[in-house]
Amino acid sequence: MPRYFTEEHEWIDVEGDSATIGITDYAQEQLGDIVFVETPQAGTELAKGAEAAVVESVKAASDVYSPISGTVTEGNSALDDDPELVNSSPEEEGWFFRLTVSDASELESLMNEAAYKAFCDGL
Amino acid sequence: MNKMNAGGWKPGTPVSSNNEGEYPTVTGNRALKLEERLIFELGTRETCGVDLPEPKADAPNRLGKFARQQLIDLPGLSEPETVRHYTRLSRQNYAIDLGLFPLGSCTMKHNPRLNEKVARMPGFADVHPLQPVDTIKGALGVIDELSHWLIELTGMSAVAMSPKAGAHGELCGILCIRAALEARGDARKVVLVPESAHGTNPATAAFAGYEVEDIPADKDGRVDLEALKARLGPDVAGVMITNPNTCGLFERDMKAISDAVHAAGGLVYCDGANFNAIMGRVRPGDLGVDAMHINLHKTFSTPHGGGGPGSGPVVLSEALAPYAPLPFIVKDGETGEIHLVEEENVGDEFPGSFGRMTAFHGQMGMFTRALTYILSHGADGLRQASGDAVLNANYILRSLDDVLDAPFGEAGHCMHEALFSDNGFADGMSTLDVAKGLIDEGFHPMTMYFPLVVHGAMLVEPTETESKATLDQFVMAMRSLAERAKAGDETLKTAPHHAPRARLDEAQAARKPVLAWQGSVEG
Amino acid sequence: MRYLPLTDPDRAAMLEKIGADSVDVLFADVPAEHYLDGPVAGLPLAASEMAVEKHMRRLSKKNLAAADAAFFCGAGAYRHHVPATVDHIIQRGEFLTAYTPYQPEIAQGTLQMLFEFQTQVARLYGCAVANASMYDGSTACWEAIVMAARLTKRRGVLISGGLHPHYVSVAQTMARFTDEAIAYQLPTLEADPGDDALIARISDDTSCVVVQYPDIMGRIPDLQRIADAAHEKGALLIVANTEPVALGALEAPGNLGADIVVGEGQAIGVGLQFGGPYLGLFAITNPKHVRQMPGRLCGETVDADGKRGFVLTLSTREQHIRREKATSNICTNSGLCALAFSVHMTLLGEKGLTALAAENHRLACLAADRLDKVPGVRVLNDTFFNEFTLVLDKEARPLVRKLAEHGVLAGVALGRLFPHGEGLDDGLLVTVTETVTEDDIETLAKSLEEALS
Repeated sequence: MPRYFTEEHEWIDVEGDSATIGITDYAQEQLGDIVFVETPQAGTELAKGAEAAVVESVKAASDVYSPISGTVTEGNSALDDDPELVNSSPEEEGWFFRLTVSDASELESLMNEAAYKAFCDGL
Repeated sequence: MNKMNAGGWKPGTPVSSNNEGEYPTVTGNRALKLEERLIFELGTRETCGVDLPEPKADAPNRLGKFARQQLIDLPGLSEPETVRHYTRLSRQNYAIDLGLFPLGSCTMKHNPRLNEKVARMPGFADVHPLQPVDTIKGALGVIDELSHWLIELTGMSAVAMSPKAGAHGELCGILCIRAALEARGDARKVVLVPESAHGTNPATAAFAGYEVEDIPADKDGRVDLEALKARLGPDVAGVMITNPNTCGLFERDMKAISDAVHAAGGLVYCDGANFNAIMGRVRPGDLGVDAMHINLHKTFSTPHGGGGPGSGPVVLSEALAPYAPLPFIVKDGETGEIHLVEEENVGDEFPGSFGRMTAFHGQMGMFTRALTYILSHGADGLRQASGDAVLNANYILRSLDDVLDAPFGEAGHCMHEALFSDNGFADGMSTLDVAKGLIDEGFHPMTMYFPLVVHGAMLVEPTETESKATLDQFVMAMRSLAERAKAGDETLKTAPHHAPRARLDEAQAARKPVLAWQGSVEG
Repeated sequence: MRYLPLTDPDRAAMLEKIGADSVDVLFADVPAEHYLDGPVAGLPLAASEMAVEKHMRRLSKKNLAAADAAFFCGAGAYRHHVPATVDHIIQRGEFLTAYTPYQPEIAQGTLQMLFEFQTQVARLYGCAVANASMYDGSTACWEAIVMAARLTKRRGVLISGGLHPHYVSVAQTMARFTDEAIAYQLPTLEADPGDDALIARISDDTSCVVVQYPDIMGRIPDLQRIADAAHEKGALLIVANTEPVALGALEAPGNLGADIVVGEGQAIGVGLQFGGPYLGLFAITNPKHVRQMPGRLCGETVDADGKRGFVLTLSTREQHIRREKATSNICTNSGLCALAFSVHMTLLGEKGLTALAAENHRLACLAADRLDKVPGVRVLNDTFFNEFTLVLDKEARPLVRKLAEHGVLAGVALGRLFPHGEGLDDGLLVTVTETVTEDDIETLAKSLEEALS
């Protein structure tokens, strides 16, 4: 299952036409203690780059933009009660939302793991 | 460390273990450091600190079917218990009356007690806002005198007195701008705000329906005039500029900025939060400003009260004066008679007014205090005050710039606040640690992490009401803390050590919010 | 100048440290052509404490203080007895001269007080969560309207004719800039508060229905019925209360179906002060809506030693973090007025508030009965708490002005509140609190008799 990354520190797992999206370990580290996550509702149509979710730490609120276009199938309801999952397991249990990919070609512009690591090292 | 119960150790419960540092006490009190329970844990539903007649069961009742059935469940305390509760709580607060409160851009100056005395005169304190105008001539007189001072000190044409606080004043100014543009049929959509601006600026512009765009700063921490000029165009309604800005610097190009904005058909809002630096030295009206709010609770010494009430009158240029919100006063040039303009008489004479922003007349209780302050100083005293405020800030800047990084220190003198960064601190040491260390040294911390354009910003505003001896003490404390931060002193990471509470768990507070006491009061 | 500690030798020593010849040099960034070389011309110079006090006292004497009159004004600002303890506490420097509690380790006094205040307000309103206060009732009401729009994603605002006209005016002003569509009709001079007509106007586009309780004419609308009707259409009920003492006698709006309850807290602890500073109260019944709430919130937590403490929380809703995406642009609230309210409420407690409300209602009933007997006067209301409307057989405004000349502040003429209102000119809103004596009531009755004869 290929995993892609964005310069906005999101990861995307793609399986068939379904994608799971979250924020990277680097991003959660930068944000600090996560206290609240707002995920999109199923059925929401997201264009590439549209505001999809909000993640809040004590002192900061950040928008999460959808890295690709698609229709949301599920937000991670576990984050409603346990937003700290994003701190403890950012790239697995702390996923944000799933969507149905509408244009697979958009994935081509994203980074792979090695490229993302190099990108973070350069920050 | 105490074993934590669900909500932590609570005042009033015994301290069971002997690990409360040296010399433990069973109550948790430490001589004059007194712990205090909540009123809900202290009071009962039957206790009362006011003598009132017992309600009679057979009293007439015109409440219809809406008479209260359910318990409110409020605790009462007798008068002595009430006085003690709040006195004990008060001692857990830092305040200007206790020491230096150098919050940048907040202007925490001494609050003269004459202000309080005057505001409590029955003719001011015990007057209803809807009394017939003939019975409130003194109130209108206060508004008129204060208006006159604010207009003269800023070189503007008019002042809207009703805004309740700074952010409300900002909104007033932006709504005046929008009303003026609409009156000429000009639907502009964008307001330009510098990156260093206070968060209320973009919040206000967005609330008023504008798109907000950043203006970059130049390397000296001021608005980049050329970048601003390049962005101006027929879609730009105006700019919101703070002067002196939040880096503590005077915007040298203010007049050129205003001229460029006006030439492009826009209007200029100035955030007056930092007016204390320039009061009596330069008039915003001379720099082309169209609207500026004045925080009476900063510049004119009305008390901050633990977070308000504020008061944010807005001075307006000739271009914006016709759009001022209701109510306002008009003085007859010949008779000296002061008229109150409200919904009923705004009519033909002032058709442009954009309407009412608040019930009644604004923060009258703050007007009397501010006017008292202004009359005490006089025009000469206000000028002296801004001079001393700037002198105190520069003294701090030059007493610390050899041990702390001052990002714009090379560029010249600062205005009323000195800006430092965390550049040079040991790995893992932060501005927050220095701030918390300052608490242990007996000072309130400076403004931290603001403005956003400087990494780990520390913004120090001493104000003019501090003595040299106090500033020297503060400098001594800051020099010590700067050395500790640079040396990576781990004990700073857990500061404060001597405050009523250690660092509080803000993540827990936000993840599982407990915003009200949940139990039932003793019957 | 008595407030400035620096001496000339201090200034000289400090300038030397800075490396500047004079204070003027520090202002070098101000263009020379705009720098003033002396005090602003034409304004008075510094004055002694004695002289300033004298000047201000002279101004204050030009007002007629409520204590010097037979006083019956209300309409959103109420005169109640404020115990001496309240003013003593709020003048303690540790409360008076503190800043917003952003450093919780040294602001537990303010924070604990705010936590207690939030709980008192939530209970009074029958709500789950109250915030740490807002500017005043009128601005809190507007903030509730925009909060409802965020929750329902609708823009239709249905405002009852019984809402204080200044609150309506604020909403109308703000709505011009935010695209809220306000539907509002002036009240009529009838005993019925017009619930049926209001309910009939609720539609599928309605975001919220705004109802005052008791309303501007003292009438008591049936909140439960309006709430049910609103909820059926997916709209929220916002209840505005301008007289919190009333809730010592009336059922709390939150217990009658309100979703957001806002109000003016001035009546408890704050005093008249010619209209400000006052105290905006804001509470919600559904705690899930808390992230859409405006204003500061204080929450309970623990410190690093495991001791209970309080902090400002959920601040990511606010302007200093969210900037243009904030729920509101509000920064300052009304902290000291919240303290006054909380101290007064603590002195009263359940028992005192109930007794205070009963005494207000008793005197108001007494006054209504007496005034109804005055020829040319009729009491409009079937129901009321401490405020009711008289219908006179002539226009009320000139009469109010005339009575004021004789030291009787008879109330607020509806013509003052609704200058463009049809058929309301003969209405006079009379408020009777515990500060009114039976002699005052007799004085008002006699004065009306004389003026109307």
